[in-house]
Amino acid sequence: MLNAGLTVLGLSRFQFAMTTVFHFFFVPFSIGLAFVVAVMETMYVFNKDEAYKKMAQFWGKMFLYSFAVGVVTGIIQEFQFGMNWSEYSRFMGDIFGAPLAIEALAAFFMESTFIGLWMFTWERFKPGIHALFIWLVALGSSLSAVWILAANSFMQNPVGFAINKSTGRVVMTSFSAVVTNPQLWLELPHVLMGAGITASFVVAGCSAWRLLKKDHESFYRKSLNVALVIGLIASLGSIASGDFQTRYLINQQPMKFAAMEGLYKDSTNKGEWAIYSSFNTKQHKTTSSLDVPYVLNILSYHKLSGTVKGQNTVNKELHATYDKKFGKDMNYYVPTKTLFWSFRIMAVSGGLFALIAIVGLFFNRKKSQAIMKQRWFLYIMGLMLWLPFIVNTAGWFVTEFGRYPWVVYGLLTIADAVSPTSTVGSLLFTNIVYFLLFAGLGLVMIVLSHRVLKAGPDAVDMNGYSAEDTNGKVEDPYGTEAFNHD
Amino acid sequence: MTSLQILWFLLIGVLFSGFFFLEGFDFGIGMAVRFFGKNSAERDVIIQTIGPHWDGNEVWLITAGGAMFASFPMWYASLFSGYYLVLFLILVALIFRGVSFEFRANMKTATWRNFWEWAATLGSFCAAFLFGMMFTSMIEGVPMDAKGNIFGSFTTYVNWFSLVGGVAVSLMCFIHGLNFLQLKTLGTLRDRAQARNKLLYPVLIVGEVLFVVLLYISTDFFAQKPATTWSILIVLVLLTLIAWWGVLKAHNWTAFIASGLSLISVVVLIFNGLFPRVMIATNSAHSILIKDASSSPYTLHLMTIIAFSVLPIVLVYFIWSYWVFYKRLKSPKAA
Repeated sequence: MLNAGLTVLGLSRFQFAMTTVFHFFFVPFSIGLAFVVAVMETMYVFNKDEAYKKMAQFWGKMFLYSFAVGVVTGIIQEFQFGMNWSEYSRFMGDIFGAPLAIEALAAFFMESTFIGLWMFTWERFKPGIHALFIWLVALGSSLSAVWILAANSFMQNPVGFAINKSTGRVVMTSFSAVVTNPQLWLELPHVLMGAGITASFVVAGCSAWRLLKKDHESFYRKSLNVALVIGLIASLGSIASGDFQTRYLINQQPMKFAAMEGLYKDSTNKGEWAIYSSFNTKQHKTTSSLDVPYVLNILSYHKLSGTVKGQNTVNKELHATYDKKFGKDMNYYVPTKTLFWSFRIMAVSGGLFALIAIVGLFFNRKKSQAIMKQRWFLYIMGLMLWLPFIVNTAGWFVTEFGRYPWVVYGLLTIADAVSPTSTVGSLLFTNIVYFLLFAGLGLVMIVLSHRVLKAGPDAVDMNGYSAEDTNGKVEDPYGTEAFNHD
Repeated sequence: MTSLQILWFLLIGVLFSGFFFLEGFDFGIGMAVRFFGKNSAERDVIIQTIGPHWDGNEVWLITAGGAMFASFPMWYASLFSGYYLVLFLILVALIFRGVSFEFRANMKTATWRNFWEWAATLGSFCAAFLFGMMFTSMIEGVPMDAKGNIFGSFTTYVNWFSLVGGVAVSLMCFIHGLNFLQLKTLGTLRDRAQARNKLLYPVLIVGEVLFVVLLYISTDFFAQKPATTWSILIVLVLLTLIAWWGVLKAHNWTAFIASGLSLISVVVLIFNGLFPRVMIATNSAHSILIKDASSSPYTLHLMTIIAFSVLPIVLVYFIWSYWVFYKRLKSPKAA
């Protein structure tokens, strides 16, 4: 009962998934790239090496595109809680609105103001001060992650609340509990590390394509180094934080965990971990699987023994706990195939990112020309720039599908959250328009980034963000020489 | 109704005021790209006047939306779900104009530059128009059930009053944008913007009179609060006249501040008329009141502490960034 198809619920869910996934292509890319660019500019401040300044400007240009699309798709996120999920908004407003408002107040203002300053003041402030601007942008975007994930964490693991007896709505009783939600502090590092991976592997991938063409060797090799160092740290951090998060789920959201591991029955003490499984989701059965012993226990408990509850067991437990409130007909099984494969995409990619970063750094060491000779490796790295986007999406699939049937875990079902005023017709219309719009925006993004890449680092002259004036000559619109007050 | 609830009602008003003052001239500048700029070089300068700022200005909308969600979830839920398609169109308009500045600057062919210029202009116009339409139709009162769900028909959203409201707000934004352009440029752009606004102000005055007549017919503002409603309307007309005078005398600052304040006075008019309600239902028993729509005292208290400790810091760097770019831009030389 996934409410697929042309129902208000199905279309509302599709819309939320589509807008969020599209938005989240740009969010981690922007957060990570702000950080990567900040590192590059800081290296310029300390080394006085113009190459790093050029690097910050060159990759900064891609950051600006991504940021622009991130901003405009972000407004959809904020509005659609009220537009499509008004019952959710009424139920959750007391808790959910606060982090959202704080996010805007404490993070978005900082991000957007300092991005404006950063874009237009390359020649006006001392390099150290100018670098501070991009650090503040990076800080602002990370802060926004803190607050939006605080909101999401409450949906995963509600804390610091009570139910108002007369209205049946959630009320906040402890803000400190909401912001110290363990879910948040496990989710946040994983998201930030994922952002680091996204940006660094896109930079690395783009550099690899240019190196294959033997273009600006020194520039792209330096870029590659910065990217892969950050990429290595981020991928190791991502694996570690992912491990913490997964093990946290065993007790917190056992259904999600069981589905990630493709377990319907409880696991045996041997801890077989499935590399591959096929499922009969209707009959709640694993039809075949390729297992490796002990790995499940190592992943789950960091030891060889132990058992993990399967979905069938968890289903019974959930019925025992929630039948009074939600009725006997509730389906607690989550989309097993989606979770199982999404989790595997994440786990395998995490390792792959770390591996590629290590090998890349080795090939790219200063005195060696190895990286230029290992063309196969450059091809792999070039292709891998798309992978982080898939992996980020997979991560949210696990997190969000795995919470089914609830929108707020244990408190509110997805079906009860939708706007009663929505109609199939209007949702169909908006879904189609959004889809076309996103396809168009995505295409322009790719075309523009590709164009920047093709034009090369020498073409970027970042006095203003509109670098190419119609006359071909670029003039800093806010440079002192441009002004003479009459 | 507690004092915290009233405070947050006022704060939402303040945030929307900030939004209309700042994004008002952004929208105006966006419209000016094609409705005013004659060639590509002029349009470069027009866009550059808001280049470092438009993004920060839009955050006022996001903050207003977030603060409404946090402090008055019932209001947020009713308004946003009830105005589903209007808000959807606003989002589409904001998307087009939001990316247009960045994308336009990097287009190689004239066709695509034109495309993104029109995206900026029509996106800005539609966003301003639809916001005007939404708030106008909202104060007329909408068909609502007891739970606050709006079940409107086409004429709930689109009628003579809301159309006039939409046109009035977009015209005010356009004029405000041209006043900003006079403040931020030198040479022909500044002169032409002044000339254009000299013509537009009489049109706006006629529009405002029409708006007041329809306001009298379509809302209960004059019946409920005659004194304050009349006072605010007089202030609105006075500000419009002051701004007009500023345009005529080339007092750029006076004109700009007055046109900005006249946009704010529209927000004040709406919030004054709403009070003590947040949504007006055609069946007045279903109107949503401030006292019923808000979050818990705990959340309001928390949000108050946060707002009053963070907002001053934000204002410092926000205003500083305007100061950094306080320079007039040269108009391009005639080709």
